[in-house]
Amino acid sequence: MLKQTESRAPVSQKSHKIDKPVDPNSIGATITIELNEKKIAVPLGTTILEACKANQVRVPTLCHHEDLCIAGVCRVCVVEVEGMKSLQAACAFPITSQIKIKTSTENVRKARRHIIDLLLSEHHGECYTCVRNRNCELRALASEYGVDGFTFGHREKKMHEIDKSSYSVLRDMDKCILCRRCVRTCIDLQEVGVLEAIDRGGKTHIGTFMGKPLSEVICINCGQCINRCPTGALFTNDPSDDIWRAIDDPTKHVVIQTAPSPRAAIGEEFGMPAGTSMTGELNTALRRIGFDKVFDTDFSADLTIMEEGTELLLRLKAALVDKDPNVKLPQFTSCSPGWVKFIEHFYPESLDYLSTAKSPQQMFGALMKTYYAQEYNLDPKDIVTVAVMPCSAKKFECNRPEMVDSGYKDVDYGLTTRELAKMIKEAGIFLPEMPKSEFNDPFGEASGAGLIFGATGGVMEAALRTAYELITGREVPFENLRIEACRGFEGIKQASVKLEGCVPAWSFLEGVDLKFVVAHGTANARTVMELFKQGELNDVHFVEIMGCPGGCIGGGGQPIPTSPEIRKKRAEAIYAEDESMTIRKSHENPHVKLIYEKFLTDGPCGHKSHELLHTKYVKRGSFIV
Amino acid sequence: MDLGIEKSARKGLVLFTQYEAGSAIKKAIAGGREDVLFELRESRLKGRGGAGFPTSTKWMITAAATAEKKYIVCNADEGEPGTFKDRVLLMEYPEAVFDGMVIAGYTIGAQYGIVYLRGEYEYMFAMLKEYLEGMRAKNLLGQNILGKEGFNFDIEIRLGSGAYVCGEETALIESLEGQRGEPRNRPPYPVNTGYMGFPTVVNNVETLAAVPHILLKTGEWFRKHGTDKSTGSKLFSVSGDCERPGVYELPWGISVRELLDVVGARDTKAVQVGGASGVCIPKSQFMRKLSYEDAGTGGSVMVFNETRSMLNVMHNFMDFFVEESCGQCTPCRIGNERLLEGVHKLISGDFTFAYIRNLKELGATMQVASKCGLGQSSPNAFLSILENFSDEIYQSNGSGVTHA
Ligand SMILES: Cc1cc2nc3c(=O)[nH]c(=O)nc-3n(C[C@H](O)[C@H](O)[C@H](O)COP(=O)(O)O)c2cc1C
Ligand code: SF4
Ligand code: SF4
Ligand code: SF4
Ligand code: FES
Repeated sequence: MLKQTESRAPVSQKSHKIDKPVDPNSIGATITIELNEKKIAVPLGTTILEACKANQVRVPTLCHHEDLCIAGVCRVCVVEVEGMKSLQAACAFPITSQIKIKTSTENVRKARRHIIDLLLSEHHGECYTCVRNRNCELRALASEYGVDGFTFGHREKKMHEIDKSSYSVLRDMDKCILCRRCVRTCIDLQEVGVLEAIDRGGKTHIGTFMGKPLSEVICINCGQCINRCPTGALFTNDPSDDIWRAIDDPTKHVVIQTAPSPRAAIGEEFGMPAGTSMTGELNTALRRIGFDKVFDTDFSADLTIMEEGTELLLRLKAALVDKDPNVKLPQFTSCSPGWVKFIEHFYPESLDYLSTAKSPQQMFGALMKTYYAQEYNLDPKDIVTVAVMPCSAKKFECNRPEMVDSGYKDVDYGLTTRELAKMIKEAGIFLPEMPKSEFNDPFGEASGAGLIFGATGGVMEAALRTAYELITGREVPFENLRIEACRGFEGIKQASVKLEGCVPAWSFLEGVDLKFVVAHGTANARTVMELFKQGELNDVHFVEIMGCPGGCIGGGGQPIPTSPEIRKKRAEAIYAEDESMTIRKSHENPHVKLIYEKFLTDGPCGHKSHELLHTKYVKRGSFIV
Repeated sequence: MDLGIEKSARKGLVLFTQYEAGSAIKKAIAGGREDVLFELRESRLKGRGGAGFPTSTKWMITAAATAEKKYIVCNADEGEPGTFKDRVLLMEYPEAVFDGMVIAGYTIGAQYGIVYLRGEYEYMFAMLKEYLEGMRAKNLLGQNILGKEGFNFDIEIRLGSGAYVCGEETALIESLEGQRGEPRNRPPYPVNTGYMGFPTVVNNVETLAAVPHILLKTGEWFRKHGTDKSTGSKLFSVSGDCERPGVYELPWGISVRELLDVVGARDTKAVQVGGASGVCIPKSQFMRKLSYEDAGTGGSVMVFNETRSMLNVMHNFMDFFVEESCGQCTPCRIGNERLLEGVHKLISGDFTFAYIRNLKELGATMQVASKCGLGQSSPNAFLSILENFSDEIYQSNGSGVTHA
């Protein structure tokens, strides 16, 4: 198994966690403490916060986030520990002795209230004009603690310009409460390192390299910082006004593609539990909003498998048959725009290893303004293409200057799950009430393989289902096509499939152990790239990397909050939907077959595909663009 | 080595006495670790950096830890306003400080010592390095020190980055590791997880300088000076309105008034004990004793005479904390700003007593909820001045002119 390398994050931003005992039954592994006068036993090293959670004691938090290392900076979680002079931050206190904890004494309540009052005294912004007014953690705390006035004043004037430079992520530092979740997300979870606390004392603020706007630094647009910001300080660049305008314009033909991850998550914006799939309801809602056609991104995911899979087979052939020494293996996937920008910044020398296939979103756009326009007799200049994505980086991707192969901007707008939910509400629709309906043709039918793109390992699984069958003429040898080695949330997964009984065309692959690696989140991507540079991946053929933790289901445009548990539920929804599909393999998608017959007539990776469905990458710097 | 400074001018009980370089190291090696720890425990020496943690306990925990490496860090950041006693020790008594480090290294099993030298003390850097060279030449540093097989220890000097908070031991360690100087969460404490994740003893210059004397003259002797809970002597850096400001070595337990007499202070209105993070004592409390159990101080004593405005004093201290908070935690970062705002309102007279009561409560929260000692002690000056000089403070009421 591949070893994880040490995280690059500075120690101050890493957890000082005491490793929990491996065997909870060994002597000294559990410790008895008193929590609000009740005796409980907890594993050694459990934080006070974890102990409280496990015992139905609620402790408020702001800087703490399940996905992140511990900061202990907001201090709103303070509790009393008997014998200690000062209050202790529950989130940051590992239990190693038999302490007595009180979580709701007068001192504790007063301190928490003071801290909330202090944060409000520096917070400029009115809740009703804030994107996060429904789920702002500061607002929630203020209401829980009965804040009915500004004890220490309130900032009336704006102090900072909103940084609107990025296509993806906007920053309004007037709403920042300096919890530093974004800093820890960027450096520790994602290992990018765009955001940093700058200056000291009252001047402390979150800033970028030399104070540059976000569009000019190494931000990969993953939006993970947005999903973990407790307030409205970070948000996406919302194109919904432009989309409404297009919908209202009778001369425009507005089409929308929906990716699988938003469908598995958007219900959360309407109070549904995580993991409720809303595909059919969403189709109806989108038509009611006024979109002319509703398409399924899974279709172009199937297409991506055909293109990317063929590209891999061609590389394998070049390596094994033609013995071409310059062949670039392993091939890395290219469908996650956050990951693509990451490799462009940090490993520009390895860009040739990246598949040239565009992401499903962009393939879709290119076909919409060519094939679709042609088939339906539409002028491509009147077509407006919208993509509903779990992702904030998709906004940047569709604005990349090279993404105009159709002669127009291939995808006009990238819309996140959250933004779409807002549009649906604005249209007076309560999504869970909608009757179900189908996607429109000709891009309405997709395979389960295209669907599982949404979870980490999904692209690999989809590719294997197709490649294995093309090569051997048989289905992948797994029950119900479930390739478990690709599934689950382990940071880096590695496995292989032996190719035996190959059909004549691929006989050179006979006996080859097809090795693959799957990673999600750019921190893991960095580990993979370091291993790759050390030559540790020399015998690997295919590497799937998704920029966000959990893959697309954990994307930066998904409903807030996020947690490992929520991401797991969303993934389960996607895998369940896959099993309910009649077509489970990309190459069996009849519309994909049709498009290769009618339009991309020189086949996958042929001339026309190359023109429309493949792209090139940019070498970028490791401090600024 | 002769640093060209006249030592004879200084008089004292422990630190300002003669000490022959290397002699205590010899005794430590001859007697063994247990003896060093025994004498230290007997002496009841407490940390001189401000927090007053028993030094023997700190060393014992680190000595007991099993780790590939251990470190001893000498905290020479000396950032507390009004403190300049570590400078005197390093300039005039380096033999005691560095021998203390070597003995610490021997006792806890550390191979490396680091001196974190305040940025402003850069001018000492070359001298101190030269002194360490001399120690190496005499085999007081290096391999098999003084013939003790396997006892290898060396000292390195690093320059601080100039922030007050970097004197806080965990922020200091962050700074040594090349990060922003911000205090860490505790537990774990540096004695378990310190510099580079290894067990680390952080001690003040003065604490370390006391060690060789204790070893040579025994803990019992040391304990005879001072009070029961505050043993030994203390260096006081006295500044402000007095005839003879400077560094004095006096036994713990001396009263504020006695100290004022020693330094020739007249018409004294207030004494700030413990620097910006300390408390402000009015005339009526001058019989209070300088000691851990009463008026504690890392050394700083500031004298204010009758001409001084206490509002101004308060103002200066709050300005200091608003600047020097590391900005990490809410109570300290924003709390100090609100207190400073309160000072402004007190000056302009634009306040209500309910508002002042809120600020006092806020101060109490900052004392218990801040992440590190800086925030926890930052409201001390504000609160004690408000408490002890309320007549004067409220008199300025609205005039905008502060009462003298
Ligand atoms: C804000 C702040 C600043 C401090 N500055 C110093 C300093 O300059 N020198 C020092 O020795 N200790 C300083 N301390 C205390 C150290 O954290 C630590 O307690 C001390 O170095 C331990 O040594 P001791 O046990 O020998 O006193 C400071 C503490 C705080 C909270
Ligand atoms: S979007 Fe991603 S890369 Fe950009 S600042 Fe946020 S976490 Fe960092
Ligand atoms: S931008 Fe958001 S996540 Fe980042 S420090 Fe501010 S409030 Fe916290
Ligand atoms: S109390 Fe002040 S100096 Fe200490 S961690 Fe908090 S903000 Fe930083
Ligand atoms: S949640 Fe514990 S300090 Fe912020």
